[in-house]
Amino acid sequence: MAEKNLSSLSAANAVRIEALADSIGAKLHECYQCGKCTAGCPMAGSMDLMPRQVIRHLQLGLLDEALHSRAPWICATCYTCSARCPHDVPISELMEAVRQQAERAGIRPIRRSHLFTKYFLLPLKWFGKNHELTLTMFYNLASGRVLQHFSYLPAMLKGSKLKIFPARVKNREAVRRLMENCEREAERI
Amino acid sequence: MKYSYFPGCGMEATGIEYAKSLAFVNRAIGVEFIEIDDWNCCGATAGHSTSHELGMALPARNLALSEQQRPGMPIVVPCASCYSRMKYALQAAQGSENEKLSRLIGMPVSGAAEIVSIMEAYSDPVAAEAIKAAIKKPLDGLKVACYYGCLYTRPPKVTGMENCEDPQAMDELVRLTGAACVDWAFKTECCGAGHHVDLPAESKPLLYKIYKNARANGAQAIITACPMCMMNLDMRQGAVNMAYGEDFDLPVYFLTELLAVAMGAGFGECGVATHFHPAKKLLQNLINNKEVV
Repeated sequence: MAEKNLSSLSAANAVRIEALADSIGAKLHECYQCGKCTAGCPMAGSMDLMPRQVIRHLQLGLLDEALHSRAPWICATCYTCSARCPHDVPISELMEAVRQQAERAGIRPIRRSHLFTKYFLLPLKWFGKNHELTLTMFYNLASGRVLQHFSYLPAMLKGSKLKIFPARVKNREAVRRLMENCEREAERI
Repeated sequence: MKYSYFPGCGMEATGIEYAKSLAFVNRAIGVEFIEIDDWNCCGATAGHSTSHELGMALPARNLALSEQQRPGMPIVVPCASCYSRMKYALQAAQGSENEKLSRLIGMPVSGAAEIVSIMEAYSDPVAAEAIKAAIKKPLDGLKVACYYGCLYTRPPKVTGMENCEDPQAMDELVRLTGAACVDWAFKTECCGAGHHVDLPAESKPLLYKIYKNARANGAQAIITACPMCMMNLDMRQGAVNMAYGEDFDLPVYFLTELLAVAMGAGFGECGVATHFHPAKKLLQNLINNKEVV
């Protein structure tokens, strides 16, 4: 890793990192790097930065490194870390806040995870409910894994586990407006 | 006992066996779930990983609808992910975010109703007594691993769960059927949830470890109360076996399927017939009093 001047970096990023932590009520200085979060994390084996290290980067003002890390996208938000933290640092929620900030800045270290979320929300905006077939079709095409899950299709159809036509809420306008309100609200922050 | 009912999208599709078996159990024990009219998707992980606002507002609209349609009635939520999102929204509605939430969803929400899981609804003393009385075909001799997954228990500040590392509510309900629950280490480990779609290679080890620990502790089957966990544990067992050169044979049942079968439901009637991993034989053998292989 290249040398970094931490004091000047911290100063430049302090405000942004503080805002990020404040938005979820996290106190970064409470983390004393015990590593219990990492020890219990089921996804840590696939992460480039361990959960503990993501927090350490934020403590040191290394925001860009945190935003470019794959770890917040690999996090499965199982909340094991948050539940076990001896100092009540909401680690899972911090991972999510980092991911959201990266997404807003157009930083997507794992494009497929970005696509999954995007296409999960698409049928929701159209129909007000999730629709697995729409999600799978769009996701498979966009991710290049065209045949993923294809082998499960016959059993799905036989067991009526897949709806060809989506279930829809009656007041779709209300759900669409709700989602647009949230988009506007999130942009303001 | 009556509950306002938020089924969630899974119950209409991949979790259809959960819906069938739940309806059977409710009829047998005289509990009524009244569906919230015009409910929408809770957003699941995609909602809250997009923005805090979206993660709260989508479930909050369902809270508001339930409050409007059946004020004060507790809301039962069978899916673990929906349950978590509804509980988050409830806390937000009860606290300083109330005004913002009402503005985002375009209707008032107070957060006055309690949110309960299937386990909580059925653990109610009256319901538990009725379950005990309705058991016609006890499942004595069956050894299962109760799998709670993540979101019924964590984070405890949202779920209110006292013992989030070793919950017992599902174990206690399963024991009413006569089945035994094994002591195992993975009852609250994550199954990988939606990451099996976008990060399949990274997520497979999670399922592998769950099967391995369940088998090592003598379980013949895994019990879940979440449609997402069910889909991963049931549908992907074959793929995990192939990837690891294993021969796990662990049928996965919804808690309600196990209860329904013990109450005399037919396998088609309660969903057991349509699993990906064959699930009929184990219970059929048991009921026929044949030796379970």
